[in-house]
Amino acid sequence: MREQIEGSLAVARAVALCRPEVISAYPISPQTHIVEALSDLVRMRELAPCEYLLVESEFAAMSAAIGASAAGARAYTATASQGLLYMAEALYNASGLGLPIVMTVANRAIGAPINIWNDHSDAMSQRDCGWVQLYAESNQEAVDLHLQAFRLAEELSLPVMVCMDGFVLTHAFEPVDLPAQSEVDAFLPPFEPRQVLDPGEPVTIGAMVGPEAFTEVRYLAHAKQMQALDLIPDVAAAFARAFGRPSGGLLRRYRTEDADTIVVALGSVLGTIEEVVDELREQGVRAGALGIKSFRPYPLEEVRAALGHAERVVVVEKAFAVGIGGIVGQNVRLALSGAAPEVFDVVAGLGGRPVTKRSLHALLADVIGGRLNPHRLVFLDLDRQLVERELARLSGERRSGPHAENILRDVGVVGGRSY
Amino acid sequence: MPHRPVKFFQVGSFAAGNRLLDEAGRSVQADRGRSNTLTSGHRACQGCGEALGARYVLDAAMRATQGRLVAANATGCLEVFSTPYPESSWQLPWLHSLFGNAPAVATGMAAALKAQGRDDVRVIAQGGDGGTLDIGFACLSGMFERNDDVLYVCYDNEAYMNTGVQRSGATPPGARTATTKPVGDEPGNAFGQGKSAPLIAMAHEIPYVATATVAELHDLEAKVERAMELHGARYLHVLVPCPLGWGAEARDTIRIARLAKETGLFPVLEAEHGEVVAVSKIRRQAPVEEYLRLQRRFAHLLGDPPRTDVIERLQAIADRNIRRFGLLEEEGQP
Repeated sequence: MREQIEGSLAVARAVALCRPEVISAYPISPQTHIVEALSDLVRMRELAPCEYLLVESEFAAMSAAIGASAAGARAYTATASQGLLYMAEALYNASGLGLPIVMTVANRAIGAPINIWNDHSDAMSQRDCGWVQLYAESNQEAVDLHLQAFRLAEELSLPVMVCMDGFVLTHAFEPVDLPAQSEVDAFLPPFEPRQVLDPGEPVTIGAMVGPEAFTEVRYLAHAKQMQALDLIPDVAAAFARAFGRPSGGLLRRYRTEDADTIVVALGSVLGTIEEVVDELREQGVRAGALGIKSFRPYPLEEVRAALGHAERVVVVEKAFAVGIGGIVGQNVRLALSGAAPEVFDVVAGLGGRPVTKRSLHALLADVIGGRLNPHRLVFLDLDRQLVERELARLSGERRSGPHAENILRDVGVVGGRSY
Repeated sequence: MPHRPVKFFQVGSFAAGNRLLDEAGRSVQADRGRSNTLTSGHRACQGCGEALGARYVLDAAMRATQGRLVAANATGCLEVFSTPYPESSWQLPWLHSLFGNAPAVATGMAAALKAQGRDDVRVIAQGGDGGTLDIGFACLSGMFERNDDVLYVCYDNEAYMNTGVQRSGATPPGARTATTKPVGDEPGNAFGQGKSAPLIAMAHEIPYVATATVAELHDLEAKVERAMELHGARYLHVLVPCPLGWGAEARDTIRIARLAKETGLFPVLEAEHGEVVAVSKIRRQAPVEEYLRLQRRFAHLLGDPPRTDVIERLQAIADRNIRRFGLLEEEGQP
């Protein structure tokens, strides 16, 4: 049924439709509305049987999901930002143990400086933890990806992270089509674990593995991600057949076929980018957009096929690797190695800064006009004066401590005296 | 009903004691039909108190649950010596996840079993003192306060033995470890630090908290059985001497464990909902020096001249425990 609801509530209802048997939850903005709504659904017995665990940390949330999944239950949790980092050790453990846990990540920046708003630093920091990472462009897609995530996770015996932009999506009210329980039941069969902790058939899970087999185990982890590259489009196709709308998959091409300038991005910013593409097309510029839906596994061949014919590829990403540059950008360059397009790495939307059409138009005008160096990392809408004042201060006076507080002093938020 | 020990002072050994008991009074370990949950072939050191303790605890828990048991295990000696790839000594469904999360993993297992209606299957979690008191403490406290249906067993050998005997929050004052060496002005582990996990467990007012040692087999088994009669969060803290880490003879594991209790250094008690309901009495208090002498981790206190000042402080700790928990058997008591 199509209704105007908050993204978090839509996702909570979608998760409930997937009939998780154990939900562990620890609150962190902007994930809170999701777990609050799920708490209501369990308390009202609209989601039953389901055990809802109010745990003491994200580390415990993921650990409880590990125990539940190993005991044969469909397990779910949600987190963001610092919470994702706090559960990092358990993330690797869940994927290493092949447990099909599904988790929503309400993408948010990582501190210091503390910042509750959206970017992709959290999920990007865990891109190599062995989970499948899917990125939603809209709340509808966030709903749809959760349905697909459980099916993927359980077919692959791998955990799946559904990333949706914090606040931008989680707190946005949009029309969302929520499927009926019978439709979801038909799409998502009950969880049949491959290996389960059962006194009738005792198994040891999580044994120590030494040099004699560790490489082989890791090889198999990679092989499973490669298997996911095949399965993700299959599940997306099955979803489209069952629900009558496209959602998910590895990539989404938007007017890329004849484009000479293609913008690559993940998540909700694609909506803005696609509008900019339309406006450029009206001006006669052959622009296109490529949304990466599955960042892990990374569809190397498909990215190359989608971008190889372009002259320029502009990667707009909400995270970067300090000391080197773009993360998605590196992955795009890898896909395009030896191919023609120039790749521009653009960091945008950090810590909730809006990525506006105006800024994107200016950026693309610079790219197309040959005014940007493809070998220099670009920061969209950077307040260059603010940065330069701090750099000048640093060159004049050697000091330790946080940039943020210096800048606050500079902009007059904090008193000018030294302390 | 607290366990009433049958005393065999003439033999000083429960192995002999078992044969003097009637069949019904014998221990689970004396039963040839025991489950051997942690079976032979594992790689624990000779005289390992933890292997012994885990064997007692799990066989008793298996008997109490008719074999309907699953286990979560923290990283540590018990995990490493029992599951070197591609072998396993566990004859029950067993999961090792991480060092600091065994209580939360067990919470998840219990929740899964409840959601699936598998109420007959019970959950046990276990770890060493580092995994329990230090790195796993937040998860343990969370499991306690939610009153999750888990028996958590801490095998306390008073340091990080698996990584090479480093100090933990359970290391006693004065003890030598690799990070509290007998060098400098204050040799060994500092006084005034460390924590009592059983007392903190009691502060959560959970249904059952007990301490035990591997010296008193019937007592340990009775406590496991009592714990499995109850539901909710339960905590069992078992003192397990470590010959390697304590610098003790493998043959002295039981003797040292018994002395830990009989000096008063390790109070053996039971508590329900935060209140002590029973203590194991000490018939004749042993001086702490008798306990220290068997362990090279205290050798620096017993040199020439001995550090009588430090030994007195340890004696004071034992005496305080005896006063605090009423551990000494009164004249004329049974």
